[in-house]
Amino acid sequence: MSSGSSRLSISAVVISSLLFVSLSILSSMAEATTKPDEAAVQIVYVERPEAEEPEAFHIRTLAAVLGSEEAAKDAVIYHYKHASSGFSAKLTQSQVEQLSKPNIFGKSHKGLIFVGLGSRVFFRLYLVGPTASMDPGQALLESWGCELTSQERNSDLPNCLKGFYGRSLSSDLMFCVKNSETANRLLEDLVLEKWFSTDSGAKMDFKLRRPLEASSNASSSMMSEISRNLKPGLPFIQCDSTNICYGARQEQSFSEFPPPQVIQSRGLYAREQKTETKSQLEPSSAVNDLVMDWNPRLMLSNLSFLEQKIHQVQDIVRSIISQEGRANELAAQQQLVTADLTYIIIQLISTAGTLLPNIKNALLSATPPVGQPGVMANLPVNASQKQHEVLPMELAKASEYDELIKDLNSGGEGDELIKCLNNSVAEVSESIPIEDHDIKDYDDGLDGENLPPGSYEVLQLEKEEILAPHTHFCLICGKGFKRDANLRMHMRGHGDEYKTPAALAKPSKEASSEPAIIRRYSCPFVGCKRNKEHKKFQPLKTILCVKNHYKRSHCDKSYTCSRCKTKKFSVIADLKTHEKHCGRDKWICSCGTTFSRKDKLFGHVALFQGHAPAIHMDDAKVSGTSDHAQVGETTNGMVANMGYNFSGNASDDAQSLDIKDVDDGQGYFSPMNFDACNFGGLDEFPRSAYDVSESPFSFLSTGTCSFIPRNSEN
Amino acid sequence: MAESGDLFRRIRGRDGLATLALDLFSTTPNPSPCSYSGSAKRLRLGDAIPAAMVAEEDRHDLVDSLSEEILFLILDRLESEPLDKKSFSLVCRSFYAAESRHRRVLTPLRSDLLPAALARYPLASRLDLSLCPRITDTALASVSGALRSSLRSIDLSRSRGFSQVGIGNLAVNCAALVEINLSNATDLSDAAAAAIGRARNLERLWLARCKMVTDIGIGCIAVGCQKLRLLCLKWCLGISDLGVGLVAVKCKRLRSLDLSFVPITKKCLPAVLQLPHLEDLALVGCLSIDDEGLISLKQECKSLQVLDLSNCQHVSHAAFSSVLNKAPGLRQMSLAYNGLVTHSLATSLQKLSKLQCIKLDGSEITTSGLGTIANSCKSLRELSLSKCSGVTDEGLSSIVMKHKGLVKLDVTCCRNITDFSLASITSSCTSLTSLRMESCTLVSKEGLRLIGQHCHLLEELDLTDNDLDDEGLRAISGCQKLCILKIAICLKIRDEGLIHVAKSCSKLQEIDLYRSVGITDTGVVAVARGFPLLQIINLAYCTGITDDSLRSLSKCSNLETLEIRGCPQVSSLGLAAIAVGCQKLTNLDIKKCYYVNDAGILFLACFSQNLRQINLSYCSVTDVGLLALASVSCLQNMTIFHLGGLTPSGLSAALLACGGLTKVKLHSSFKPLVPKPLLEHIEARGCVFQWRDKPFQVELEPSEVWKQHSQDMHVPDL
Repeated sequence: MSSGSSRLSISAVVISSLLFVSLSILSSMAEATTKPDEAAVQIVYVERPEAEEPEAFHIRTLAAVLGSEEAAKDAVIYHYKHASSGFSAKLTQSQVEQLSKPNIFGKSHKGLIFVGLGSRVFFRLYLVGPTASMDPGQALLESWGCELTSQERNSDLPNCLKGFYGRSLSSDLMFCVKNSETANRLLEDLVLEKWFSTDSGAKMDFKLRRPLEASSNASSSMMSEISRNLKPGLPFIQCDSTNICYGARQEQSFSEFPPPQVIQSRGLYAREQKTETKSQLEPSSAVNDLVMDWNPRLMLSNLSFLEQKIHQVQDIVRSIISQEGRANELAAQQQLVTADLTYIIIQLISTAGTLLPNIKNALLSATPPVGQPGVMANLPVNASQKQHEVLPMELAKASEYDELIKDLNSGGEGDELIKCLNNSVAEVSESIPIEDHDIKDYDDGLDGENLPPGSYEVLQLEKEEILAPHTHFCLICGKGFKRDANLRMHMRGHGDEYKTPAALAKPSKEASSEPAIIRRYSCPFVGCKRNKEHKKFQPLKTILCVKNHYKRSHCDKSYTCSRCKTKKFSVIADLKTHEKHCGRDKWICSCGTTFSRKDKLFGHVALFQGHAPAIHMDDAKVSGTSDHAQVGETTNGMVANMGYNFSGNASDDAQSLDIKDVDDGQGYFSPMNFDACNFGGLDEFPRSAYDVSESPFSFLSTGTCSFIPRNSEN
Repeated sequence: MAESGDLFRRIRGRDGLATLALDLFSTTPNPSPCSYSGSAKRLRLGDAIPAAMVAEEDRHDLVDSLSEEILFLILDRLESEPLDKKSFSLVCRSFYAAESRHRRVLTPLRSDLLPAALARYPLASRLDLSLCPRITDTALASVSGALRSSLRSIDLSRSRGFSQVGIGNLAVNCAALVEINLSNATDLSDAAAAAIGRARNLERLWLARCKMVTDIGIGCIAVGCQKLRLLCLKWCLGISDLGVGLVAVKCKRLRSLDLSFVPITKKCLPAVLQLPHLEDLALVGCLSIDDEGLISLKQECKSLQVLDLSNCQHVSHAAFSSVLNKAPGLRQMSLAYNGLVTHSLATSLQKLSKLQCIKLDGSEITTSGLGTIANSCKSLRELSLSKCSGVTDEGLSSIVMKHKGLVKLDVTCCRNITDFSLASITSSCTSLTSLRMESCTLVSKEGLRLIGQHCHLLEELDLTDNDLDDEGLRAISGCQKLCILKIAICLKIRDEGLIHVAKSCSKLQEIDLYRSVGITDTGVVAVARGFPLLQIINLAYCTGITDDSLRSLSKCSNLETLEIRGCPQVSSLGLAAIAVGCQKLTNLDIKKCYYVNDAGILFLACFSQNLRQINLSYCSVTDVGLLALASVSCLQNMTIFHLGGLTPSGLSAALLACGGLTKVKLHSSFKPLVPKPLLEHIEARGCVFQWRDKPFQVELEPSEVWKQHSQDMHVPDL
């Protein structure tokens, strides 16, 4: 415990030194915009109450602002009780401010709201609606003092920031949507740091950190973090499984695990990385302040923190041993242990990394674990799943999550990261090893070939050329053709010189005589990995690849699926592929399983005994009703006239028919008169196979119409 | 009034039966069928009535005391005589009840008779509804209610108007149902197929032409009816590999599978061939199956006995060979209409030691191919080379010389074969029972004589359009087992030849004398006397026959089909005789019998109550006749062109009165004259109108073919 107290003092010092900087920033922003009377859905994160029900606690907290508990109950939309502690409610700006101000230490600001309750402070980022004067994304960025390159300003940034517009709280996720590259860049630019001293209870610090001024603003909250973790009796939540999934949601990670920590350029990724970068950053700030290779105090605190961690893991494992049987708890705990151990390992590595002389190199060398493909691929998905589970309110944005995930998976951020790194850390040479670690697979980029640069000729088509519907143009009249052969046929009309066999022959014939040059294509979009200017240029194989790549990556998605109305595509072939299996799951098994493909259903049915393909209820109903209608129509229209109703009492009818048959005397005098049934075998009269009535209607009976022969006495 | 009549008849009927019963007891305990049959006929014809009038009470007791087992035994003997069974049931209550419980097969003539039939025969196991064009769900519900436990088989192949509701009713309620024929139910959907799937015990299912059924539906059937042994999916255009594949996976007991004209490809064939009991597989007209698919088949289907690969146009003989190699147990094989049959294909037959029947109709066959077939198939019994080109004397002879056990041979339209072939056929294949050689024009009359001289076991003989003469017929008279004789367009035959045949071939049931212009009354009289079992006779364009022929034919009480089209000397008198005598008559063609008028039709309407199909064109029938005819309740099919005395109103009345009509061919000039609502009404009853604009042709003008024939013959007229 002695080490804990020493850390505490350090933390207090550091925080107090930084308080001014951050507060000044805050005050500068506070003037910008607030709309006090506009109520919007807000998510307020509070500390998880220890003594009472979370809901009651939430209501009590809110009641302080809204006046009564009833009002509070009405206002609350959702309680977050499991993964995080908090609630969502419709609140006006002033209420938010009130909520964050009085009883606690909290601060509201144009872009950020920090709400602290009790002994700890939680943090919430949210974005205000668009200002009248300027693009909100732009405004936000500029208010943060971000410098955007002209290209970013012009091209994809407004697009990628679409998520800002008019979004209320749940839009915080939109920070990283639309375009992962920009999102990353944005996050880099808008790195948020917040620290809270827990035990002191009176200190709040948050910090906006921009890469450009990273060194000056670097600060540490290590102490507070550690002290919090050391606080006896506190759940070890930062290692909870729910916390693994930070990726998409910054604020959630903050809510539960207020990391004392700069979100590094890879802030979107896992907690491991965050913690690890944290440990890297601390020294960096320390270096700048103290001009020292490494901080022994920090190292000490790191190590003791690690020690504490290991103890906690031990505790968990012990509890696992003691309470066997409950499967889901066990699983959760195992996950906890795994996460903890991972954390410890990374912490160890990063701690060791601080020993290296060059901070920046240390910082960079710490990133490789982050860059591991497995981590990359898994985390975002994981994150979104958790998100869906935990915060139902945000499910509405599922599609955007998906997009986000896709973007994250499809990569691209690696290069951006490097670029940003290059921008921000000018001294870092391009040959630093991290770049190699950052190579990632592109979904569409993996050509499976590794042509050495220079072994092929690179062509770059212009944008207009790529988007042109025709690829062959007549040089004389400008008419466009899809095929060269058609163009050559067309050229004949321009004069006799084009009619020679040589002119009409395939031009490729001469070309084929030469050794074939390997041609590869470059995307005309500057900054794209497929652009030849790009450092890690990956060429495209064919013109078709260029077209599809350009349309997919750099054009608006103009084709909307007509069924789901949500999916958009820029290549029509993609749309068609999607439409093949869009909409309802067409193929259903009797067990309830749905399949998007018929052969999968039949494979399933063939595999399992007793399963049968299910018929769509609506189909069955339609045909059923039509049948009924038809029958009804016929019955109404005809049977009534003809005086015979089939559905009548069968036995009675039989009786009467029989008697009639017997009565007419025919049966006796003319024994050939058959009665109701054709007695076996007399129906052998050959009928053509197509002798089937083609009419959809037919008639039941005509009993009353037939003449009864009375001639038997002759 | 009705009651007294009923009583009167009951008494008489009962007494008559008493005689019958006494007859039965007086004969041996185990009498021959003939004696029963004969007795029954006597009863029916009222022979016993005088005796019955003096019958005593104890005789009644005797009749009543007959146990049901005995009555059932009697009824078993009457199975082939429906009329006798009817008479039997009219004897008394106990006989009536016994007959009700004995009957297993119901074939209602009209759908409105169904309830009565169901009530009367609660134990029927087979219900044939092929004569009821409209069967509603309600009807099926009543069927499933009435025959809940007994119904095993139902035929709905000619019916419409039902939906999955009715089928579901049947499938759920009739647990014993093992056979459903739903062919031609073109509007049945997957839902109906799913309903069939609920009939767990189903063993035989026909779904031919159920075009709306898709893989989903057949999947439901495959899962539900795993006891299926026979499945016919002919023309089910909605079914693909997936559905068939699932059937093959689920229905392991399948014996017979018909996939003709189903758009399947090679993908489902491995699964199909792995069916452990598959014996009969038809892949006729599967155009999506190609060489590659068949050659790549690995599976061997040892159980396969019958394989039909006709009309697979995208398959070459290399693929056929590969398939044939996979089925060593093949007994019957059809490769009809598949193009060239050569030596190489024929060699693949060598391994098929059990092959008994080969059908190569419509193919092009090389002589070497035929030679190879001759050398390969040791146990060949049936060979069909109908319409094959390239069949030569040499090839055919080589086959028949090697396969002396040949039973059936079809060389229809093999126009290259000559007397040489016939000589070798007749000399080696003396056990032939069926020989079809229509239009073998190079065979001379001498050659044809060989048939009768050597093949005495013949049961079916088709010599249509050949150079047959009286001598040939005389020779044919040696074939005493002959049942079917087709000698149409043999312009040389005369009465004398026919008389020879009539003298000996007493078992003949069907004779085709179409355009045998040399035939006169004498010949027909001989035919009528000589063939007491005659059921079908075609005398179309035998211009020489008169009413006398018809009078003599009226003695053939089994006659069902009579065609006397274009016999201008026939009049109403003859027709009346036929109507009275041949009460089983179901099909009558009297087109261009100009002297047949209302009088003849009236007789027909009165007596031929079984008439189903009639062609009245060009007759002198008026509204009266047609209206009378409409009273024939079985009448389903009418062709009426150029009836001079027919008015639209008469036609309307007749159409309205004739409730069972399913198809009517009319001249299109009537279409605007008949009230449209009436037509709609008739159509709603299940009748189809075919409006034709046929020109009026009074003269019987023979086509070029007949003229050519008549050139070298001494046929005076035509």
